[in-house]
Amino acid sequence: MIKTSDLVFRTMRIDHLPHIWCPGCGNGILMRDVAAAIDNLKLRQEKVVIVSGIGCSSRAAGYLDFNTIHTTHGRAIPFATGIKLASPELEVIVITGDGDCTAIGGNHLIHAARRNIEITVIVFNNNIYGMTGGQYSPTTPAGEWGTTAPYGNIDRQFDIPQLAADAGASYTARGTAYHTQQTIKAIQDGIAHPGFSLIDCYSPCPTYYGRKNKKGSAVDMMKYQRDHGVPAEQYAKLSDEEKTDKFIVGKLSQNEYPGYTQLYQQLIERSQERSQKKVYL
Amino acid sequence: MLCGNYEKGLMEKILVLNPDWCKGCGICAAFCPKDALEMIQGKVSLKENNQCILCGLCEQRCPDYAIFVSDSGK
Amino acid sequence: MKKNVLMQGNEACVEGALKAGMRFFAGYPITPSTEIAETCAVRLPRERGVFIQMEDEIASIAAVIGASVAGKKAMTATSGPGFSLMQENIGYAALAEIPCVIVNVQRCGPSTGMPTSPSQGDYMQSRWGTHGDHPVIAVSPSTVSEVYTEAVRCFNLSEKYRTPIIFLMDEIVGHMREGVEIPDAETLEIINRPYSDVKGISKTCYHVDEGEWVPRMLPFGEGQRYNITGLLHDESGFPTNDHAAAKKLMERLMSKISSNYEDIVRVEELLMNDAEISVICYGGTARAVKEAIFEARKYGVKAGMFRPITVWPFPEKELYPHLSRLKHIIVAEHNNGQMLLEVQRAAERSVTVSFIGKIDGTLIRPEEILQKINEVQHDKNQ
Repeated sequence: MIKTSDLVFRTMRIDHLPHIWCPGCGNGILMRDVAAAIDNLKLRQEKVVIVSGIGCSSRAAGYLDFNTIHTTHGRAIPFATGIKLASPELEVIVITGDGDCTAIGGNHLIHAARRNIEITVIVFNNNIYGMTGGQYSPTTPAGEWGTTAPYGNIDRQFDIPQLAADAGASYTARGTAYHTQQTIKAIQDGIAHPGFSLIDCYSPCPTYYGRKNKKGSAVDMMKYQRDHGVPAEQYAKLSDEEKTDKFIVGKLSQNEYPGYTQLYQQLIERSQERSQKKVYL
Repeated sequence: MLCGNYEKGLMEKILVLNPDWCKGCGICAAFCPKDALEMIQGKVSLKENNQCILCGLCEQRCPDYAIFVSDSGK
Repeated sequence: MKKNVLMQGNEACVEGALKAGMRFFAGYPITPSTEIAETCAVRLPRERGVFIQMEDEIASIAAVIGASVAGKKAMTATSGPGFSLMQENIGYAALAEIPCVIVNVQRCGPSTGMPTSPSQGDYMQSRWGTHGDHPVIAVSPSTVSEVYTEAVRCFNLSEKYRTPIIFLMDEIVGHMREGVEIPDAETLEIINRPYSDVKGISKTCYHVDEGEWVPRMLPFGEGQRYNITGLLHDESGFPTNDHAAAKKLMERLMSKISSNYEDIVRVEELLMNDAEISVICYGGTARAVKEAIFEARKYGVKAGMFRPITVWPFPEKELYPHLSRLKHIIVAEHNNGQMLLEVQRAAERSVTVSFIGKIDGTLIRPEEILQKINEVQHDKNQ
């Protein structure tokens, strides 16, 4: 018999474990956070859908014991949009990566955020393209290195939650592989929030991002998260200088804009009235 | 391998290690608040002077689900 | 009761789809298919269905596949440039066996081309547009009435064989208005995808029973937890690197179409019984061809029209019986010779095949076809 925790046993397809991720990869921790958040919310397994795209992050779908669909590169969000609109009673959760979500899938991200469709997007953000071997991504900081940035990366990086919030996402938060409690809470709140939620989760990639950029071991990368991630209340008290190398862990923004399926339901009702008046055809 | 801090009256819970799934990243040992874990030949192990307080932080941060706190009855 | 309605081809496409049970449409505006999206925007909410205008065609097909996974009959509509963008996910739907209908109202290409001018330049793309070997069914209507009935058939084929169907319209048919005879609801067969009643964890969601062609997974949310992937997978739905499992899957995907050729293929034959010259055409082109055939018959030329309605797979078995009698085949299409290649392959040099096509956005006129018929008739007599 496989030795595993009750949580993992309840929420994952244990016959597909251990997973394929590298030693020290944060994705395993974050996948457990997602599972814990769903478990804490006591959602019915058959009503939860996990949608993923392509890349290291996308493999999470196959390990989680829900309705799971591993789609094409960058397109997890529009697949999820179709599922949610077709069956609004389903809890649709997208697991994506920094490249999947903001490079090839960037257009879909901003438009899903703009519609405020009630899906939850969890970004396993490892600042690199891991599956293809360490190319720079839209979240690789300028000045750092990748196999396709042999003279240093000159691209500036996206702040994913800021991007989503500016596009209309009504809940954004940041998590890390280190801050498990806060990350589980953020994911839980994001799922419960009745609008488009995005939780950007820093995931250490010691194999490619770490090695290319001399960030040390997985432990060193986790220590960086510990030493630089602070709760919002604490962050607010910091001086501008102190803020330069710190980031907020936990909720970043939230508003009560109505969700898309809710608005669509109202549209259906309006169309019924109009069809009685035989306005068209 | 079943380990537990029996002297402290926490009999109902135990720490379980699964070396088959452990990939040896060392995260659990590095962040254990009691420094109760060590890596031996690339696998996690409980140190001899058992300091584990069953806080479960290792379980939360293990990327491979290879260490966890379990109710001993199970 | 039958009903006669004046309708545009694009509108008829929506009405047929609704009749077939389409309750989800995602699309992006593009000439000359836009009226399909516009009509869906009006009609679907009234049927308590979903219309959504997505940010692009890639998102449109992705949302359509998502909706189908959740159990809805779903459709998108586009034209050349958008059809190119959809290709990757069409392959996904083919491999993951997600039913859906993709309407391509063809326009003159390549690139942005001539958006309001007719073309049939996407014939080969509808077969080979996505990467890798994959099954495809493509259907091309030539009248507005046929747009309606074939839209229903597209959904039926899609559900039955759990595969994406390309509804290959063209600008001629899409923008034309003519009287449509809406068939009796009772006379229309509506097919729904087969479902199993297994609940709980499904470890064999892609298993196919003896004598069947497709898996019977339930829609998401109905109590059967399984995995869908665009990676080659085994019966469990999980990725595999096992070549035997890959072979088994790929062979079934191909054979579910090839083994059901008779059920899938449909052609129209006009005056073919004694024809010595056959004009082979499809879609809107057939309208000019018909006129030319009738004209030629007046002069005593034994001309006939062979029109594939199902254009992929190419209806070669329907063509074979005519080959021994035919002296000449003319392929007429609004491109530089695409179905021509299929006809040449099927004719295997037993019949001379010539071609008439247009790639400048103009229509092939009946007199041009007639002239071609006269040319080959003249050659035949020499």
